[in-house]
Amino acid sequence: MTVPAQLPDDGVAKWIGKAFANRSFLVGFLITLTVAVVALVSFLWTPYDVTRLIIADKTQAPSLTHWFGTDHFGRDILSMIMVGARNSIAVALVAVGIGMGIGVPLGMFAAARGGLVDEALMRLNDLVFAFPALLSAIMITAIFGPGAVNAIIAIGIFNIPVFARVGRAGALSIWPREYILAARAAGKGKAQITVEHILPNIANQLLVQGTIQFALGILAEAGLSYLGLGAQPPMPSWGRMLFDAQTRMVIAPWMALVPGMAIVITVLGLNLLGDGIADILDPKSRRRR
Amino acid sequence: MSAYLAKRLGIAAVTLVLASLVVFSVLEIVPGDPARLMLGMNASDAQVEQLRDQMGLNAPLIVRYLDWIGGLLTLDFGRSYTYSVPVIDLVAERIAVSLPLALVALTLSTAIAIPVGLYSASRRGEAGDAVAMGAAQLGVAIPNFWFALMLVYLFAVWLRWVPAGGFPGWSAGMWPALKSLLLPAVALALPQAAILARVTRSALIEVLNEDYIRTARAKGMPYRAVLWRHALRNALIPVVTIMGLQFAFLLAGTIIIENVFYLPGLGRLVFQAITQRDLVVVESVVMLLVATVIAVNLIVDLTYAIVDPRLRSRS
Repeated sequence: MTVPAQLPDDGVAKWIGKAFANRSFLVGFLITLTVAVVALVSFLWTPYDVTRLIIADKTQAPSLTHWFGTDHFGRDILSMIMVGARNSIAVALVAVGIGMGIGVPLGMFAAARGGLVDEALMRLNDLVFAFPALLSAIMITAIFGPGAVNAIIAIGIFNIPVFARVGRAGALSIWPREYILAARAAGKGKAQITVEHILPNIANQLLVQGTIQFALGILAEAGLSYLGLGAQPPMPSWGRMLFDAQTRMVIAPWMALVPGMAIVITVLGLNLLGDGIADILDPKSRRRR
Repeated sequence: MSAYLAKRLGIAAVTLVLASLVVFSVLEIVPGDPARLMLGMNASDAQVEQLRDQMGLNAPLIVRYLDWIGGLLTLDFGRSYTYSVPVIDLVAERIAVSLPLALVALTLSTAIAIPVGLYSASRRGEAGDAVAMGAAQLGVAIPNFWFALMLVYLFAVWLRWVPAGGFPGWSAGMWPALKSLLLPAVALALPQAAILARVTRSALIEVLNEDYIRTARAKGMPYRAVLWRHALRNALIPVVTIMGLQFAFLLAGTIIIENVFYLPGLGRLVFQAITQRDLVVVESVVMLLVATVIAVNLIVDLTYAIVDPRLRSRS
């Protein structure tokens, strides 16, 4: 990643020092890192195999052998949480990628061109915003078939206007600056200026928005898979685990408690991380927070 | 003012027409023939063809689109394939659940969020502020349907104060009906309240730095009065925006919560209609929800213009 131009000259090392002195950032970073490591470890090792059903071990309460208990098929919940983390992260991350990859260029293009192009793109944005995101995501996944890929697309589509808006607003605030004028005087075209000067200067805002959308994506994925529209069994997902838990809450409350806590902790970590980054990059905002 | 009004109305109308085109075309490319679905796999091709004619499915695209729009405008939404009743009746019945639920949830969330936001903003940086904002941070991270499950476990399964789900209908009396909407409303309201409290706090803090606040304080106005009379009123714009968005979300976004509590609301209707390919219901309800979102946004925009005259001249 390029170092954003707004950073002070004293370099990355001092920036990192400042970052870790910020409590939101520190806590958010540690939580996010832990979740990411757990998800990565699940590729190599889980305490138990999540695809093997051992009915004799079903709905066991948390114990030393099964830290978070087992589900109605006798699967180890800790292992399912680990593999589920992988699924949640993948869906939300790719959905953010889709939103950024399409939305940011669109927004910057609208800002650079202005006039009718800008107006048309913004009306298109309004159009997407008029559709309740969750309802539309449900429609897309229900109509085109449930599964992780369609969940990614459904969530990703609704990230596009969000990033288009941030990209456009950011770019519009940079265009009138003097160094842009200088770049234009030096004979650079709009496209070149956008890539060389606008993008690095709005990278901060995009990073903050990216973290927020990442957290929202995790919540959205959980909702979709709770309705049976996300990742399909035997692939464990946090939302699906909550669905399975609902009818068994009296006999096995841990089945509902653990996946829910996993979602809350992950989303909390990402939100704290986003707040922290926003604080560090724009100290003025801290006074408002 | 009238130019502003005309422009906002124009944009809303264009968005509405585009949205209807999107809904119509999406449902047009949906796999699965409704006539075939209704008759079952054993029906002959001729029977299916006859039903398609009857349902008007063989008419040209443009005719069907205009028919549909005409129907929507005259409140004739067609008949549901699965329920065999007019869609408008279904919708009316379901709105009687979803609208009160949304209103109760919005009232609850506002009643929690505004005082918390005021408290936090006036004690910025103190311990009370940190606790309130910590709680809000947590509230934003909680998925409402999981929170709903926890509420069911605590209040319905364990304490047995309220039913775990279902809806007795308004005919069963005001109190039993409201009682079954209580947990869903709380589940919907809390995460919303967390967001609203954060917005209220930051909007207030912005306003509290203004010169006129200092002036009001300097002339001896009590802090409490300044907070309520000057600060809150000036901080309302972002707060109202978020409330508008949340109302639209509450009407449409209750799909999951209605599933948790088995409530016969609009969200559950559209979810079941989608899974059963009851496209007449899907397209009407989705269009209705989209129209509501657009209308709410329009009202919010117009509210700004009334609250803040500067915005009228800007466009």
